Amino acid sequence: MTSTDTVVVPATTARPRRGPSNGLLRKRVRQIPIYLVVTVLLIVMVYPLVWILLGSFKTQDEFLNNPTWALPESFGNVANYTEAWSSISLYLRNSVLAVFPSLALVIVLGTAAGYALEVMVFRGRSGVLMLFLAGIMIPGQMILLPLFTVYFKLHLTNSLWPLIITYTATGLPLTVFMMATYFRAIPREVFEASTLDGASAIRSFWSIGFPMMRNSIFTIALVQFFFLWNDLLIALTFTTQDDLRTVQVGLLNFTGQFGTVDYGPTFAAICINMLLVLGLYVFLNQRVMRGLSAGAVKG
Amino acid sequence: MNNVLGDKRAIFVLLGPALLVYSLVMLVPMLWSLGYTFFTGSVITGFEWTGFDNFTELVQDPAVRDALVFTLKYAVVITVGQVAAGYSLSLLYVFFLRKASGLIRTLVFFPVVLPTVAVALLFQKFFEYAPQTGPVNSLLEAVGLHGVDWFGTPATAFWVLALMDIWRSMGFYAVLLYAGLVDIPDELLESARLDGAAGWRLVRSIVLPLSLPVLISSIIFSINGTLKVFDSIYALTGGGPGSGTTPLTLLMYRTSFFYGDYGYGSTIAFALTILCLAVTVFIFRANKRDLTQG
Repeated sequence: MTSTDTVVVPATTARPRRGPSNGLLRKRVRQIPIYLVVTVLLIVMVYPLVWILLGSFKTQDEFLNNPTWALPESFGNVANYTEAWSSISLYLRNSVLAVFPSLALVIVLGTAAGYALEVMVFRGRSGVLMLFLAGIMIPGQMILLPLFTVYFKLHLTNSLWPLIITYTATGLPLTVFMMATYFRAIPREVFEASTLDGASAIRSFWSIGFPMMRNSIFTIALVQFFFLWNDLLIALTFTTQDDLRTVQVGLLNFTGQFGTVDYGPTFAAICINMLLVLGLYVFLNQRVMRGLSAGAVKG
Repeated sequence: MNNVLGDKRAIFVLLGPALLVYSLVMLVPMLWSLGYTFFTGSVITGFEWTGFDNFTELVQDPAVRDALVFTLKYAVVITVGQVAAGYSLSLLYVFFLRKASGLIRTLVFFPVVLPTVAVALLFQKFFEYAPQTGPVNSLLEAVGLHGVDWFGTPATAFWVLALMDIWRSMGFYAVLLYAGLVDIPDELLESARLDGAAGWRLVRSIVLPLSLPVLISSIIFSINGTLKVFDSIYALTGGGPGSGTTPLTLLMYRTSFFYGDYGYGSTIAFALTILCLAVTVFIFRANKRDLTQG
C-alpha cells in the first residue's frame, strides 16, 4: 500500500492547496472506503480460485467430514491430479490439434484478405468487407445444422476436421475486419514505395505488410486463441466420440464420469485447466492489456 | 503503380482463400439453414416438406415464448451488470488507483481467459446445497440463516448465473472502458476540477459524456454476446431446473439434437438471428441520433 501513496500524491499537486498535513490526513480518511472496496474486490476475485486449488488436494474423506473452507490436511496428496490427468491429457491433445491449425489458417488467410480489402484497389471491396462484417453477428446456431449434415455425409464426424474447418471459418470475419482496420493505420506510401521498387502486390504483402503487422497479428491471435480454446457449442456438436473431445467438452463430462461424489479429481481437473491458462496469461499479460488498449476496440 | 495494387490475379490470391472458406462454411450454410425452416426431420430420419408450419408453430409455442423472455431478461440484466461493473472498475483504475492499478487489473481480468466450463463447475461447487454444502451455504448457515438450494428454482439459478457471468466478464469490460477513459485529455479534467467539479459531478458532466462512444460499443458488444449465450448456461444449469433457465440458443440445440427436428431448430436459430440484427441496428441508430443532438 505504501507504493500507492507515492504515486497518488504527485497527482494532487494541481489541486488548490490546503494546510499540508491536515489535507493529507483528510484525504487518507476519505480514501478508506476505496481501500475497503478494493479489499472486497480482491477477496471476491481470488477466493473462489484459491478454494478450488485447496479442494484439489483434499481426499474424499476430507470432503465428506471437514467443513468446506478447511485447509487440506496435506498438500502432498497428488492422487487427484494423476487421476484427473489420465483423462484430461487426451482432451488437451485434441484441443491443441484442433485449435492451433485453425489459428494459423485464420491468421494467414485473414491478414491476406484484410490487406487485399484495405490496400489493394478494386471494385466492390467495400461490399466484400460488409459481407465479412455481417458474419460477426451471425449466431453459431444458424450454421450448425447444415454443417453437421455435410460433415456427416462426408464421413468427417469421426475426426477433428469438422472442428478445424468450422473454427477457421468462424474466426475469419473478426480477423479480416480488424486486420483491414489495422492496415488503414499504415501510410499508403509504404506500399506505393515498395511497388515503385518493383515488388509485386503479393510480395509487398509478404515482405512489408505481414511483418509490419506483427503486433496486431499477435493481439488478434490471442483473442482468437481464447475464443477457440473456450468454444463449447461447435466442439459439443461435432465431436461425437469420446476420444475426440476437446478440453471444454471433456471437462463438462467430468462430473458425470466420476459421479457427483468424486470431488478431488474434478477439482484437480479444473485446476489443471486454470493453471495452464494462468501460465499462458502471466507470460502474455502485458501484451494482452496493451493490445486491448491500443486500438483493438476503437476500430 | 496502381496497376500493381489493382492486379486482379494478386487480389484473387490474397482474398480468394478467405472468401471461399467464409462463403462455403458460413454464408452457404446460413442460406441452407433458411431452407431447412420449410422442412421437418433430420439427416438421420430424413426430411419432409411442411411449408410454413414451423413459423406458425414458432409463434404459438409456449417454450419459444419462455425462452425468448428468458433470453431478453438475461441479455438486459447481464449487459447492465457487466457494463456497470466494468465502468465502475475502470473509474476506480483511472481516478483512484492510477498507476498502481496494474495488479488489480490483472487479477480482475484473469477469469476472462478461464475456460467457461471450468468456471461453471467452480460456481456449481461454490453454491452447492447437496450432497456437499458449498462455501456460500456454509456462510449463510454460519450467520444463522438457512442454506438455499440455489439450483432448485429458476429464480435463484438465474441469480447465480448472472453473478457468474458478471464475475467472469467484468474485468474485460473494465479494460475496454479503461482504454476509453485514458484517452480523455488531462487538461480537460484539470480545468473541470479548477472550476470546482469533483467526485460524482465530475463523472456525470465530463467523464461520462466523453466516454460515451466506448460505452455504447461495449453495450453493443455485450448485448450481441448475451443474446447468443450458450456455454455458460449449458455448463452451469443445463437450462434447468425444468426449462427455467433455457435461452433460445439452448432451446434450438435441444430441438435439433435431442428431438432431432432440424427444421424447427433452424426456425428458432433464424428467429435468434433476426433478434440479434434488430437489437444491434436499434442501438446503433439510437446512438447515432443522440450523438448528432449532443
